[in-house]
Amino acid sequence: MIIELLSGIISFICALVAVAFFTLLERKGLGYFQIRKGPNKVGLMGLPQPMADAVKLFSKELIKPTLINIFPFLICPFMSLFLSLLLWLLYNNYFVCSMGGLSLLLFLCISSLSVYSVMGAGWFSNSKYALLGSVRAVAQSISYEVSMSLILMSCLILSGSINLSVIMNYQLFIWIVFVNFFMLIMWFVSCVAETHRAPFDFAEGESELVSGFNIEYGGIGFAVLFMAEYSSILFMSVLVVSLFFGGLLYISFYGMLFYLMIGFVSFLFIWVRASYPRYRYDLLMYLIWKSYLPSVLSILMFLVMLVYFLNI
Amino acid sequence: MTLSTITIFSVGRSAQRVLSHSLRAASVVPGSQATHRRSLWKDVSPPEPSMKWSDITDRAARTAFWGEMFTGLAMVFGHLLKEPATINYPFEKGPLSPRFRGEHALRRYPSGEERCIACKLCEAICPAQAITIEAEPRADGSRRTTRYDIDMTKCIYCGFCQEACPVDAIVEGPNFEFSTETREELLYNKEKLLTNGDKWEPEIAANLQAEKKFLFFFSKKFSSIF
Repeated sequence: MIIELLSGIISFICALVAVAFFTLLERKGLGYFQIRKGPNKVGLMGLPQPMADAVKLFSKELIKPTLINIFPFLICPFMSLFLSLLLWLLYNNYFVCSMGGLSLLLFLCISSLSVYSVMGAGWFSNSKYALLGSVRAVAQSISYEVSMSLILMSCLILSGSINLSVIMNYQLFIWIVFVNFFMLIMWFVSCVAETHRAPFDFAEGESELVSGFNIEYGGIGFAVLFMAEYSSILFMSVLVVSLFFGGLLYISFYGMLFYLMIGFVSFLFIWVRASYPRYRYDLLMYLIWKSYLPSVLSILMFLVMLVYFLNI
Repeated sequence: MTLSTITIFSVGRSAQRVLSHSLRAASVVPGSQATHRRSLWKDVSPPEPSMKWSDITDRAARTAFWGEMFTGLAMVFGHLLKEPATINYPFEKGPLSPRFRGEHALRRYPSGEERCIACKLCEAICPAQAITIEAEPRADGSRRTTRYDIDMTKCIYCGFCQEACPVDAIVEGPNFEFSTETREELLYNKEKLLTNGDKWEPEIAANLQAEKKFLFFFSKKFSSIF
């Protein structure tokens, strides 16, 4: 019990530190992608910038707009941070084993639940832009969850287990991506849409909704919402690598490859943000319902046949 | 009776229709050339995709393997490797033209005598009316300014004062970092302008030297205008 708690807390802290430096990587990366320098004034080459941001955001005045429903309004960001940190329990090998191997079920539950925090953040703000932003975000998340769970299913069928560590160990022999390349592509797109990242950041369409569902938040609420968002981005990149490339959590050649690939995939999120213009909302919905869902279902059917007839 | 009335009426209507048709046709005839020219059209939409099986397969492969997407990613990655266009501003500064029109300065002769002879040409030409000059003869009989004020908040930095000055006394120097915390500090007087002149004289002199041949060229070329 104590060991589970400790390992969970350690992975939360590591995730939060990673989130802090991921925001720095994003600002620096976007800067150099746009032929400018990112933040480089704080400390050595701007490295302590996340700390400065944190001090600034956490010491800001708590602004309470008149129309908000104060208690749920304050709860929502913390709920979303709590849920996205809870995902990091899956990263922890010890906890996964003690769960009896239903780790990806936990992932599905938590990622579905985190929709509610976004919905609440928009709804309890009692402002029309926040509400519109949260409606968009929720519709997008729910739609993409459908294809995500089906893609997840394809990996589970191929490796024959719902335990994340078993899937990772399975791929010491062969990467699932060799069989499942198109699923990887669709999974990555779904991840980008699920975490509300550019080019699918309709939750915060600056041009039409000022900043989307988080518009009424400032200071600590804003910071916590963003930490939740970035922590789920990092977790998604961990999941991409573990589901399609596998890996070992301890230090070895293959373990290092695992961490390098996690770094690359999380950098890919920034790279994609720098590269593509924002999609159109109806096209986003068409993409999932009219092109991804049919292709995912047909590939899934093919894989089931494959596994059944070849008796893998 | 009623039937015949209706018949006549309908005949009248149809006659009117025929008439109007013929009239419209007649009105079109002279303009038919123009109509034809206007109905010339050009299809600017992308051409219909080829429906050969090989082409369809190529297109499907390009979509499925994210061909265009990866091209875009590669182009953006190229930008990552470029030298950033940003400079660390307070520590390094961008290049300035010798013609740059910055903060004003009143210059002196090498002897230390001020150049301005209070001709008030700059005051006259200033489009923003930012310059105020008062003058009276000095004890040695030379005509000098007693007051030379520039309201830097009015000034539009057009450089006409510099152009108008016959003795190169008022110039706009290369300094552009003269922001202040109060408005009053931007109401420059003669003392401030002379101090500026003393401070920036090396740069101003170098810039004027660099521009000398162009100024000479233009004064020859456009002497009819000047």
